[in-house]
Amino acid sequence: MPLIETTALEMRYDGGVTALADLTLAIEAGVVGLVGVNGAGKTTLIKLALGLLTPTGGGIRVLGLDPVADGDRVRAKVGYMPEHDCLPPDMIAAEFVTHMARMSGLPAAAARERASETLRHVGLYEERYRRIGGYSTGMKQRVKLAQALVHDPELLLLDEPTNGLDPAGRRAMLDLVHRIGTEFGVSVVICSHLLGEIERICTSLVAIDAGRLLRSASLSAMTEHNDLLVVEVDAGADRLADALTAAGLDVRRDNRVLTVRLGDDDGPAYDLIRDAVADLDLALHRLERQRHQVADLFRDLPTPAVTRV
Amino acid sequence: MSEPGVIHDIGYQRYAGPRLGPGYSARSLYVHSLRGAYGLGRSPWAKVLPIGLLGLASIAALILVIVNSQLPAPVIDYVGIASTFTFAATVFVAVVAPELVSVDLRTKLLQLYLSRPLSRSAYALTKVAALATATFLLFAIPMLVMFIGMAFGTDTGIGGVFDELGGLLLGLLAAVVHAALLAALGLPIASLSGRRVFATGMIIGVFLLTAPISAILRELDPGALGALAGLLDPTSLLNGVDTWLFGSDIALGAIDGYGPVYGAVTLALIALGTACAVWRYRGIDS
Repeated sequence: MPLIETTALEMRYDGGVTALADLTLAIEAGVVGLVGVNGAGKTTLIKLALGLLTPTGGGIRVLGLDPVADGDRVRAKVGYMPEHDCLPPDMIAAEFVTHMARMSGLPAAAARERASETLRHVGLYEERYRRIGGYSTGMKQRVKLAQALVHDPELLLLDEPTNGLDPAGRRAMLDLVHRIGTEFGVSVVICSHLLGEIERICTSLVAIDAGRLLRSASLSAMTEHNDLLVVEVDAGADRLADALTAAGLDVRRDNRVLTVRLGDDDGPAYDLIRDAVADLDLALHRLERQRHQVADLFRDLPTPAVTRV
Repeated sequence: MSEPGVIHDIGYQRYAGPRLGPGYSARSLYVHSLRGAYGLGRSPWAKVLPIGLLGLASIAALILVIVNSQLPAPVIDYVGIASTFTFAATVFVAVVAPELVSVDLRTKLLQLYLSRPLSRSAYALTKVAALATATFLLFAIPMLVMFIGMAFGTDTGIGGVFDELGGLLLGLLAAVVHAALLAALGLPIASLSGRRVFATGMIIGVFLLTAPISAILRELDPGALGALAGLLDPTSLLNGVDTWLFGSDIALGAIDGYGPVYGAVTLALIALGTACAVWRYRGIDS
């Protein structure tokens, strides 16, 4: 069963702004990166999944439930970490997370126990007895994550969890999210406009742009081998290209770099390239199988869809 | 203190225990808000005003006990406390209502609440209930102080204690009416602004600026208009209800035979205010 499944989902706001248009996707268990530029509709999708907004068209199912009709049952099983600051400054972190656990339906004793455990998991120890107002941004992000995790949700929705963090803080936060997804066994949907940052920790990626699905695939499928061989020579690339074409290979040239399409039997191609380079007396720099980069997802798009780091 | 960023592996435990429903969430929010109204679980400064007002009201009740026991007939009875403390309760609501809702709006804590099983309407109703309870306590505790004092000071034995108990119950009933109206008016006003200062200002404005209007009308026209002028401001309205229902003798103005009108308007305002609070949160941006 997919965690989140949408069919022709459409969301128009009152002002006439279309946040999502004809979005059909299925998010499977694991650590799923939801990428798209700011304003692509990531936050809207999350709010629809929580049942906080009612879609203007199409359907959405979360954990097999309809978030509009069964909002409370969905929200009991889902943890949400919003993008922006949302913590009461004059409360003590441990008390706040306990309170949020009770708001999710945990009995008082269990709420207290899980609150202090969860705060420890996100890396807050003695600090948890201080007021949130005195926390650094990194600590606040951890409290936000703790309140989303405290009731042991089946699905965790994280909206830009690395917002406002320094590089070390980002790394720590991403490692933590990775741990939650793998060791803790909680499925995670992590929103980001920074593809390079989250591709490291995700098992699959969903890219949306202007409210439409751009691409959705598991990360291994995205980065698997393809049948292109990259050949880079110092000079004389044009001569090499001619020679290889004459030998019956499918060659494309981009300055000093040639890409050669391999057939079903890739043995002869390597030999042909070796011989051609030797015959022409060229300096060979690189000969390798091309791998898809996650960024290739967005390379062929007409508009710059995703900011890369 | 641990080094930030280091995560020690103590293993994550899944939670297999009971998950209680939205009713439990609402109860948790109610208790949390009620405590928060008196600054419990918050910074020391947050306690100053609400606890201070409660303390002053209790001291006033104690003084009344002494005065009442020295004079042949009590100057102010339990319903009298409800009537005369309305002003203090107004200030209390003006300070506490923004604390209960404006802070949630301002810090965006509301979106965390809404992402939990609790519904929007339940949130609004819970907050109204918490504010009403907090306001009720502001009336009820001084009444209890007065009851204890009067019961010990009675010179007619157990019969006197029962007399006092009857008066106390009547007073508590008046307190319920006062608290419900003040909360039902104060909360939706406070929920309009995320800035505590503005919210407090708006509540004070509505409660206190309407008072002179009805006072002027009362002065101008001693007839029906004057008798109905009290409907315009909450303090006079509640005073009218006290006069009508409980025969309070501390009247701000004559209500003539319009007691039932005062009662009906009070009920209508409680319902309207509560509905406004629910309506306000129905459309709020999460």
